[in-house]
Amino acid sequence: MLTRLITRPITALGAYVLDTLSFTGGVGYLFRDTAVAAPRALLHSRGRRLGWSNLWAQMVRVGVRSIPIVSLVIFCIGAILSFQMAPILKEYGALAQIADIIGIAVFRELGPLVAAIVLTGFAGASIAAEIGTMVVSEEIQALEASAIAPVRFLVVPRVLATTVMMVCLAVVADLVGSAGGMFVSRYFLGIGYLQYAQHTFTAIKLQDFNTGLIKSAVFGALISGLACFLGLNVTGGAEGVGNATTRTVVLTIVALIIVDLMFTSVFYYLGW
Amino acid sequence: MPEIAIEVRDVTKRFGSQTVLNAIRLDVQEGETLVILGGSGSGKSTLLRVMIGNLRPESGDVIAWGKSICTMSDEQLADYRKSIGVLFQSGALYNSMSVADNVALPLREHTDLPEETIDIMIKIKLELVGLREASTKMPAELSGGMKKRAGLARALALDPKILFYDEPSAGLDPVTSAEIDELIIDLNEKLGVTSVVVTHEMESAYRIADRMVLLDRGRFVASGTPEQMRDSEDPLVKQFVHGLTHGPLTDRRRGGQYEVDLLGGEV
Repeated sequence: MLTRLITRPITALGAYVLDTLSFTGGVGYLFRDTAVAAPRALLHSRGRRLGWSNLWAQMVRVGVRSIPIVSLVIFCIGAILSFQMAPILKEYGALAQIADIIGIAVFRELGPLVAAIVLTGFAGASIAAEIGTMVVSEEIQALEASAIAPVRFLVVPRVLATTVMMVCLAVVADLVGSAGGMFVSRYFLGIGYLQYAQHTFTAIKLQDFNTGLIKSAVFGALISGLACFLGLNVTGGAEGVGNATTRTVVLTIVALIIVDLMFTSVFYYLGW
Repeated sequence: MPEIAIEVRDVTKRFGSQTVLNAIRLDVQEGETLVILGGSGSGKSTLLRVMIGNLRPESGDVIAWGKSICTMSDEQLADYRKSIGVLFQSGALYNSMSVADNVALPLREHTDLPEETIDIMIKIKLELVGLREASTKMPAELSGGMKKRAGLARALALDPKILFYDEPSAGLDPVTSAEIDELIIDLNEKLGVTSVVVTHEMESAYRIADRMVLLDRGRFVASGTPEQMRDSEDPLVKQFVHGLTHGPLTDRRRGGQYEVDLLGGEV
């Protein structure tokens, strides 16, 4: 009984560590295979025919359709930030600096992150559910049996499309987020459009914009990579698909924040 | 002596601690229709997946036209898979594509044919399975039997030398099931393809088989022509082939552990 009390947590911890390692390893392998298969999918003469049309279809599905939601969310966040900051800035007599703060916060951090989180719910979940359903209905087996590698045919276009579209969405989010701040400043704080814009442009350096975009690209690959991995590893029918979808959203959001922290700290030490 | 297309050599496959295939050994001869029989859980579908290279056995080997598919490079395995066609249990159509696109996918992926030629080939393949008028339909709009036909047309896309069927009559009514059987015989005669059919339906097995193999719990039990199987004196073969309610298969299921189990293992 007593030995059980001691061994049980150790076994559980061991199992947990092993699970985490095999998960991370699996995702790593998937990314490696994707990188290897990507050139073949897009440049090889045969792959090209389907590769580009697949990529295009995925870009529309992942990116274009999520523009309105990303815009709505980030506009609200820009507006919220304005309201929150205004009293403090007023106290210091620096209300006009509101554009600087919101600009940097949105371009460096909030634009990419909010776009990524919306995209996780939007594209990540649907990719995991779609690929999971294909596993359950033997479609993946059928692809393999026709000598069509699922990584090249399914994963490559999704990962590339999400990465590219995530960068585009971040640009949209940057602009709309600033517009949200601008809107509140104009109508509630009495700062004119022109003044706000001038402050924004002087405060933001190209580096703020670029670091945000570098992060966005990594976020995009992460969202679709995790979704594909969890989708491909579905077992056990419809319930398995549901589990994979939930796990995709939860794990991706956690991973996004952790990766964000890593990048931000590296940028900080590099002085970017 | 007929040529051997595929040779399964002592294949053993485990899932975790469970041995699903135990030293299975069989030959598929060129041009024949081989039916692999077995109850649920006998390992017959697993054997099919090993033969098409989707699962790797723990030990043993599968030799296709003289080459081991278990030790092949990815490119060689891809070439092997282009020379086979597989009809999965559910049809396994790609649900996001129309029937025509399903059939066209292997052609678009593996050949340089222009679209006009592919169009013609789609029509030929669909006509072979009697589904030409459904080419623009989506898989969700098809009945079970039509899905299998469409899956079969796709399996035929690259003119395979050998066709694998996983439970072709599963989930179909007797008439549709008989139609699919007719199709299997037809393709075997018209195109001369070798067929490997995994099933547990004796009626359909007798219709299509040149030779039968019976598996039980991952082990080879017997093989022979339909007549030899029908006349077999082996109690296990007899029970399975004739669908009897008494015999070694059912005795085993009622195993003597019941009392022990009920009394919590303290007898």
